Amino acid sequence: MRAFVIRRVLYMVPMLFAISLVSFAIIQLPPGSFLTTYVAELSAQGQDVNSAQIQALEERYGLNDPFHVQYMKWISGIVLHGDFGQSFQYQQPVSELIWGRLGLTIALSVITMLVTWLIAFPIGIYTAVRQHSVADYSFTFLGFLGLATPNFLLALIFVWVSYRYFGQTVGGMGSPEYADAAWNLGKVLDVVSNLWIPVLIIGTAGTAVLIRVLRANLLDELRKPYVTTARAKGLPEWRLILKYPVRMAMSPFISTIGWILPTLIGGEVMVSIVLGLETTGPLLMGALQSQDMYLAGAFILILGALTVVGTLLSDLLLAWWDPRIRHAQAEKV
Amino acid sequence: MGIRVPFGRRRSGARTESGPGRENTAATASQWRLVLRRFRKHKLAMASAVIVFLFVLVSVFAEFLSPTTPTDYDAEYTFAPPQRLHVVDTSDGFDLGLYVHGYEITRDEDTFEREFAPDESQKIPVGLFVEGEPYEMWGLFPTDRHLIGPKEPGEPMYLLGADRNGRDLLSRIIHGTRVSLSIGLAGVSMAFVLGVVFGGISGYVGGRTDTAIQRLIELLMSIPTIPLWMGLSAAIPNDWGPLQTYFAITVILSLIGWTDLARVVRGRFLSLREEDFVLAARMDGCKAPRVIGRHMLPSFTSHIVASLTLAIPLMILAETALSFLGLGLQPPVVSWGVLLQEAQNIHSIANAPWTLLPGVAVTVAVLVLNFVGDGIRDSADPYR
Repeated sequence: MRAFVIRRVLYMVPMLFAISLVSFAIIQLPPGSFLTTYVAELSAQGQDVNSAQIQALEERYGLNDPFHVQYMKWISGIVLHGDFGQSFQYQQPVSELIWGRLGLTIALSVITMLVTWLIAFPIGIYTAVRQHSVADYSFTFLGFLGLATPNFLLALIFVWVSYRYFGQTVGGMGSPEYADAAWNLGKVLDVVSNLWIPVLIIGTAGTAVLIRVLRANLLDELRKPYVTTARAKGLPEWRLILKYPVRMAMSPFISTIGWILPTLIGGEVMVSIVLGLETTGPLLMGALQSQDMYLAGAFILILGALTVVGTLLSDLLLAWWDPRIRHAQAEKV
Repeated sequence: MGIRVPFGRRRSGARTESGPGRENTAATASQWRLVLRRFRKHKLAMASAVIVFLFVLVSVFAEFLSPTTPTDYDAEYTFAPPQRLHVVDTSDGFDLGLYVHGYEITRDEDTFEREFAPDESQKIPVGLFVEGEPYEMWGLFPTDRHLIGPKEPGEPMYLLGADRNGRDLLSRIIHGTRVSLSIGLAGVSMAFVLGVVFGGISGYVGGRTDTAIQRLIELLMSIPTIPLWMGLSAAIPNDWGPLQTYFAITVILSLIGWTDLARVVRGRFLSLREEDFVLAARMDGCKAPRVIGRHMLPSFTSHIVASLTLAIPLMILAETALSFLGLGLQPPVVSWGVLLQEAQNIHSIANAPWTLLPGVAVTVAVLVLNFVGDGIRDSADPYR
């Protein structure tokens, strides 16, 4: 097991490196550098930009260097000093802007993941055990609908319903009376009571996928002879199902974390933009619109890195859960 | 591993599939006929296929089917609500004929917002094949015939309401169908080429090449798609024309969409590589392209078709999301996502909830395409 963990962690390094390359490439993609945008903006405001200043900035970011030198400057700043560069839109270091928002994004994604599991698990089992029942068909239909509706549309519909029928304008994560309050129990409860809506909206598609996966796996398992054997031995039906086939069907369920996480984070970005949550979504959006590329690149880098870590965790969890995978991996080493 | 006897399995599989009377036809029928026969039994998929066909018809004949052009505007009818299309007039006896009621526009004294109410006294006759706004069918034939529209050109007819500029939402959704569906198709075609080439190389060559391509796919899959798409499409220069942007968005969508297909193709190649008929072809001295194109590809085309069908809705959803954010296609191009931009702020949703209607089109299209894709996938292997 230890060898497997080490191997898996080491394997993550080239992955992270590749993601950082992609993020930096995105920073470099827009025509011109952020400096040209910056200078244009300054002159538009009527300030004159002296060439010494521009030169100093060019020096700082190494804008005249080739790609790999610029990349080295950027990545070594991040790895060694936690310096993600400067956001020219906010005139602040990027690192000061992102951490609070990232925390909320992570919290929202993790909570959504857990809620997705909580909903998908019982429904998946039920629809497999009671295949072709009314509940099975209705959940399958709902699942398809959830998959087909883009989650930002769900968010929009929710905005409309809450405005039309409850006279509320939704936006933000907390009620206005707590906006400036320090974190206390009241505020936490308030945020939680507002949070369930985005959580449900973000989680719809993921829940639908998980229900389908669990149902399909369980249906395969339920037809196997060992189930008949256990039943013949007189095990109570529900205990039998939970103890054997569900455990077998869980493996792909756990491994889905790896690929559901990118979807969740993407959905979180979209829904936050619509609902105006103070997570990474709106900031990333604004950064991309104003070509504040160091800010945008930092977000893409960190979100990508988080996904890789999430995938690692799900792989480790899977190895812990399923001895067959553990042994297969151990043999390879 | 047991002994693989593909041809023996084929015959026995086909025999169990069909009834005793059809045994001979099933045994000699081509693979596509068998796939089609299976697909027909799938009721939901068949019904969905009909709806998909309707969507395609709508996008092909968009100009003719829409009551007016998507750019025709009338500031008088900003955010006019949907009208009901009446078939029979019973107010004065029985009078058969399509008509809609006009609007009664009042101004709210406090907010100065205009309010629309159907004016029962005003009757706007609606006809089929009427003369309306001039357009060029497929950009070729200038005409002004529309399937449905007010008999008197210029009379207000907004069956699904009007948008911020008083443009007909129905016409815009119909035109959006063309763009949204075609971008799905274009993206999938590009993903198809990438997926088959990379997946094929990966599965056929194997070894280090395989590992390298697999790592590349894992990398692409691990980056959260929406932020990546956003980053890439934000880099599209603003001064690019509609066609260039359209092309760029297609490329961006397919850059990420090919990975799934490549996995399917690779998996098939890996399992087919060891089959006897591939070995036989190789022994006969066939070169790699011929072995792949002539012997391996035909045996899993139906699987590729299934994956492609399932990839189209994903592309449509992605395009909608990007355009909704303002990072994808830009007006004056009309796609479902561009239309949903109208519904971005609380003001328009509250005053004009019908601006959400393009979302219904997205959901229905994605739903039926998924059903059709599932149907094809289930019937893709007729010998099983």
